[in-house]
Amino acid sequence: MTGSKPLVCWFHECDKNSVPLVGGKCASLGEMINAGIRVPPGFAVTTAGYQRFYDEAGLGPKVEAVLAALQSDDLDALEAASQEIRALVETAPFSIEFEDEIAEHYRRLSNHCYVPAVPVAVRSSATAEDLPGASFAGQQDTFLWIRGVDDLLVYVKKCFSSLFTGRAIAYRNRMGFAHNQVAISVGVQKMANSSTAGVMFTINPSNGDRSTIVINSNFGFGESVVSGEVTPDEFVINKVSLELLRRSIPRKEVYYAVDRETQRTKRLDVPLERQTVQSIVDEDLTELARLGKVIESHYGCPMDVEWAVDNDMPAEGKVFILQARPETVWSAKKKESVSSGQQDALSHILASMMAGKKLH
Amino acid sequence: MSVMTSKLSFPDPHDMERIPGTEGWERMYPYQYQFVTDDPERQNYESNMFWFYDGLHYPEPLYPFDMIWDEAWYLALSQYNTRIFSVPPVFGVDHRIINGYVYITPVPVTDPNQIQERVAHFLERAGYYYQNWDSLVAKWEEKMKGTISALEKLKIEALPNMEEKAVVLEGIGESKGYHLLKAYDDLIDLGIRCWQYHFEFLNLGYAAYVTFLDFCQKIFPDIPAQRVTQMISGIDVIMYQPDEELKNLARKAVELNVDGTLGSHSSFAAAKAALEGSNAGRDWLAAFEKARYPWFHVSTGTGWYHHDKSWNDDLDVPFNSIKIYAEKIRGGSSIERPIEEVRKERDRITAEYRGLIDNDDDRNAFDQLLNTAKTVFPYVENHLFYVEHWFHSVFWNKVREVAAIMKDHGFINDIEDIWYLKRSEIKDALWDLVTAWATGVKARGPKVWPKEIEWRKGVMEKFRQWAPPPAIGAAPEKIQEPFTIVLWGVTNDSLSAWAKVRQAENLEDIKEFTGFAGSPGTVEGKARVCRTVADIGQLQEGEILVAPTTSPSWAPAFVKIKACVTDVGGVMCHAAIVCREYGMPAVVGTGHATQIVKTGMTIRVNGSTGEITIAG
Repeated sequence: MTGSKPLVCWFHECDKNSVPLVGGKCASLGEMINAGIRVPPGFAVTTAGYQRFYDEAGLGPKVEAVLAALQSDDLDALEAASQEIRALVETAPFSIEFEDEIAEHYRRLSNHCYVPAVPVAVRSSATAEDLPGASFAGQQDTFLWIRGVDDLLVYVKKCFSSLFTGRAIAYRNRMGFAHNQVAISVGVQKMANSSTAGVMFTINPSNGDRSTIVINSNFGFGESVVSGEVTPDEFVINKVSLELLRRSIPRKEVYYAVDRETQRTKRLDVPLERQTVQSIVDEDLTELARLGKVIESHYGCPMDVEWAVDNDMPAEGKVFILQARPETVWSAKKKESVSSGQQDALSHILASMMAGKKLH
Repeated sequence: MSVMTSKLSFPDPHDMERIPGTEGWERMYPYQYQFVTDDPERQNYESNMFWFYDGLHYPEPLYPFDMIWDEAWYLALSQYNTRIFSVPPVFGVDHRIINGYVYITPVPVTDPNQIQERVAHFLERAGYYYQNWDSLVAKWEEKMKGTISALEKLKIEALPNMEEKAVVLEGIGESKGYHLLKAYDDLIDLGIRCWQYHFEFLNLGYAAYVTFLDFCQKIFPDIPAQRVTQMISGIDVIMYQPDEELKNLARKAVELNVDGTLGSHSSFAAAKAALEGSNAGRDWLAAFEKARYPWFHVSTGTGWYHHDKSWNDDLDVPFNSIKIYAEKIRGGSSIERPIEEVRKERDRITAEYRGLIDNDDDRNAFDQLLNTAKTVFPYVENHLFYVEHWFHSVFWNKVREVAAIMKDHGFINDIEDIWYLKRSEIKDALWDLVTAWATGVKARGPKVWPKEIEWRKGVMEKFRQWAPPPAIGAAPEKIQEPFTIVLWGVTNDSLSAWAKVRQAENLEDIKEFTGFAGSPGTVEGKARVCRTVADIGQLQEGEILVAPTTSPSWAPAFVKIKACVTDVGGVMCHAAIVCREYGMPAVVGTGHATQIVKTGMTIRVNGSTGEITIAG
């Protein structure tokens, strides 16, 4: 590696100050890892790496030439220019040195995961200055179940080229940003090979109790839970003591598993004998709840979390957080004090006596 | 609160089973305790109230004399609620008896205007007690110690053939006959007075606790009650002192190297004889003697029954517990209550819950109510030692002194027969005895009481075979009486669980049942059913204790077991508190565990959910 900025770096080497280098998505993953939140491992091909690739492949003048001919308000022309530039980017070669750097990181990631040629998700990770509302680049440019160095390099370039979507080009033209100055990072993250997955709320969504964590789970990938296709197993856990307060294990008829050919998940029937079996072991629930507490204290508010149990990974580290976002329903409600009007202990005692305990 | 239609069905009190051969049992108890059918208004009231069996205090049928404490608390609890502190929504707790088992019901105030009138009194009166809690409790301790001291000094003297000459020379003008009547009156009076004090703070104490519980449940609807009680754990109370004394004696025995001598004797008397032969042994015996007063006045049961002997009555009980502790020390295990860990964990969970409260008003209220709960907690625990243990233990023996005199005069065949008489009958008998003595004639009693007592013994035996239903009458929608909630753990869930067990045809078919989650954690192990504290010697390391209820003299059991299950009790009961301290699971208030579980069964106890499963 030459120069002061790394071309590739591990997620755990990133933090919130790394956004210019690895983009928002990868910086946030690094931030989570450093806060003790276990996310699937991986690395970022940095913006410096992108610049190096862009420069070494001599893309600057070629891209300039395509864009110079463009009338920015002509959508068809914009789209055609975008196609042309993306093809240029995607067919340009990496330098041997850079290619080795990526391959070495990928090899080490595979070793770390105990999986040869580990399947990864390859995603663009934009820096905020270049693409505000980072959704532009990010959303479409996620490639799942990528295996092997050759494919990996192909999809990294596909992510690079996402800087030149029609909308991104138009945005920069409008804002007066130079197309050669922008850069993008690419995250390469182990695909969670989830035997069980679901969602977790660090607040009880049914009553707003902040001392409760509620976990929903089903076999396979989280899609069946997120989409509401099954009534998932539900666990209510005390956040303070991590004890399991209640569990319900309904019949779960479908689950999602990966179809490696199409690189997509597919819907399968849960075998009859497993339908009413609890889809997550109690130890993993406790670990998940513990992670839930870490996430909540990291973000400072109740969170809505997607998680998976990855059976490729050793038992002590197989529970992973895939996504975490602030809970919105209860957090948006205006918090009423429950001690309305009662100034002292005595008036509380009186009020409590008057209310009594409901029997049924 | 008016009477509600009940979703939960319990038998009508007037349809209760009559046990053949016990006809006329009602005369063994106060007449107002009967469920009646000869007064339509009263009968209607009784049918519409919700009566639950007070198994917490009375795991077996009541002896006629032992009714004294039931009447004493009937009066004391009720007067404080109704007449003294004016608890707005609830009067006292009414009592009845069926086949020797006591049933109680909290009596609501039904008129909304009356409730409002009571509020002002309550705020003033209860407010005064909460504000001056510590100084009033200090005063209480003085009153209590005075009462106990008067009891200990009370002389119950036999009747002489001829009064001493001093009666004449000193112009006393009273006879021993009169003194006997007076001593008995004083004895009873001290007992009733002691119970007046017993309830002076208790209602308010429980109310403060229930309020804190309520408040926590409002903010955190999912919070387990045991987490709330954990926030007020780790406070030093004298109720633990008797057990501490045993541990000290065990440590001392090991230090003095006399624990081997203790271990090789099965009774205290034999060990004492052996220990007297050495300096170290005598040192240890001196320490033992010193610990006895007052700490060995602790009862081996709840203290509610005359047969709940104190450690002082049966020194083998503390002796055997000391042996258990000494063996543990020699074996290198700790016998300390993990009090520092308890406090650390208490502070951790308190801070975490507090940190989850998201506005200042609620956080302030939380702090205030927690403080109030912590303020009242020591009394709630400590009164037990003064009243149920110390006072009762001395009291029962004073009654035995009266019994000895009655036996001498042929009124009863055995000292322990006195418990088959109501206290008013004893008063009548003593009049008979004393007037006959004074007159120089034969009393009528010897031809009356022994025969009646024989009959009552048979009745009591039949009562013991009968299983009292946990509840009868109509369940209301809500309960506002603090004791009912905290002590007896009467809630919707417990009632449903009780009703379910009752519906089961055969207790042996029950493989799963529930109680209160008393202390968290899950374990599986062999069960041992111990009906009284005398059975705890049979406990093997790592067994699960199944008991009607536990009390402080059961403490040594808790260093051997890995979980505890009880028939009766709420989250504040002894078993729940101790198990939380030792960090082992407890399920309490199951209603029927000692009937369902048999010694040797493998059971799974989930102290977080309150579930018990019989595994085999």
